[in-house]
Amino acid sequence: MTSLQKFAALILTGIALATVLSVAMLRTNYATQFRNIPNAEPSRQHWLGADDLGRDRFARLAYGTAVSLSLAPIAAFISVILAACIGGVAGYLGGTWERIITAAVELVLCMPWLFLLIAVRAMLPLNISPLLSVIVTFSLLGSLGWAASARVVCASVSSLRNSEFILRARASGTPNWRLLLVHLLPNLKPVLGAQFLISVPVFILTEANLGILGLGVSEPLPSWGSLLTELESMHGFGSAPWKLVPLVLLVLVVISFQLIISSDEVSA
Amino acid sequence: MRALIIRQLLAIAVTVILGGLLCAIFVRVAPGFDVDIQQLDSRLSAQTLEALRAKRQSSRNIFAFYGQYIRNAVHGDFGKSLVSDHSVRGLIAERLPATVRVAGGGLALAWLAAFSLAMWVMVLRSRAADIFAMSAASLFLALPAAVIGLACVVADAPPLLAIAAIVSARLFPYIRGVLTRTGNMPHVLAARARGTGELRILFLHVLPVAAQPLLAIIGISVAIALGADLPVEALCGIPGIGQLAWQAALGRDLPVIVTLTVLVTIITVTLNSACDVAAEAVRGQHA
Repeated sequence: MTSLQKFAALILTGIALATVLSVAMLRTNYATQFRNIPNAEPSRQHWLGADDLGRDRFARLAYGTAVSLSLAPIAAFISVILAACIGGVAGYLGGTWERIITAAVELVLCMPWLFLLIAVRAMLPLNISPLLSVIVTFSLLGSLGWAASARVVCASVSSLRNSEFILRARASGTPNWRLLLVHLLPNLKPVLGAQFLISVPVFILTEANLGILGLGVSEPLPSWGSLLTELESMHGFGSAPWKLVPLVLLVLVVISFQLIISSDEVSA
Repeated sequence: MRALIIRQLLAIAVTVILGGLLCAIFVRVAPGFDVDIQQLDSRLSAQTLEALRAKRQSSRNIFAFYGQYIRNAVHGDFGKSLVSDHSVRGLIAERLPATVRVAGGGLALAWLAAFSLAMWVMVLRSRAADIFAMSAASLFLALPAAVIGLACVVADAPPLLAIAAIVSARLFPYIRGVLTRTGNMPHVLAARARGTGELRILFLHVLPVAAQPLLAIIGISVAIALGADLPVEALCGIPGIGQLAWQAALGRDLPVIVTLTVLVTIITVTLNSACDVAAEAVRGQHA
């Protein structure tokens, strides 16, 4: 790990810890309205002011960060598991199966996934609860974003399939499940880890895009995407700089992930 | 070459048909598909609500809906919008020019910016310039496309600048990588050792070899531009197909969504196939 990667990991840990502490120590709920101070500027009581409904921006930022930072990795985990299953099966079986599954993966990769995502997200029930909307949004991201990772996993398993230690294990009569779990999976860990790290910032950014388009997490539950909708009401970059804090935090997190994904991990 | 072209055409046809079906299935299995936003309007009478439900029922069986859709599409009829009752073909024809202007202009600008920057970094051979350019690309990669679109609105800048910024941030690292790898090839090192100037090396020794991998990403860059076009058009108020897709998604308009998804898939797959054929032709010339 280079010093830059250590620094990025430190930033991520710092943001995660600050979020947990803020959520634990906050006395204000993200949905509590202070009706006498809509659009308030930062003060001692409200560090980042209040939004147009009079809700404390700092509380919303803390909860929104917690939502985005905890659910994007879960979505990435879902997509990596799907990629490992689909890509792993294709690479391990080889031949016709590999060609069929690879064609299916190529098909999914050709689809404009933001178009597909907004279509499926918009077709959810209108009376969906905020908690369910957040779960569904990130589950959708995870279940639609596996294809690129599956292609990488398939290529890795294909090359491992014909490696000497696998041929030796197969020749000594090792059953398929044992080959997969004991011999292949441990060797796939670096690839799966890299795909996980690549997927997290992608899902954070996609959720932010969906949120700004009004198709992300339902109100009043905050996420980075819904917090960024406040930028639409800005009249200039310097008019209310405290509204930019969620964006700064999001950029810091995404850049930190980019720095952690070193080129050797990506190529692994 | 002919076999490759036939193979690519077949791949396009299969991808488009299956892609459209996949999109229709995804939308159909979403739990709220049967619910029309108009059904929540308390002013509507029971008969109107029943008529709205009947309208939805027509696309309930996804295979019947898609079979009918394909049959009509062959004759150039993509159905009617469930929201506006206008023909989908008319809606797309009306909005396509705006998208071509914004996404096409942004894409051209992105290629120009990314290519110029990568060539500048290569010719300059300065670590500081490289770090500066990569940091700028990383910053734009870390920003949601919608935020870049909003920044254009706030700064009163043309929306094609947003597309250019989003696409060039993705193109630059790739182009830089290709040029750097080619720049370290033995024939380039030999030319440099003979004292050939950097510009001459770039145009005579690097670009002809780098053309093939660069051709391969033209199709991908169009897909990135179309993906970025959706939030940019929606937020900048550009009446293009990105905005149409967003409005169709909000209005649960299945025929419009499926047609737009198929259209974008056709554009992406066709361009990818054309780039593969062109790259193969370049490889043939070099061989």
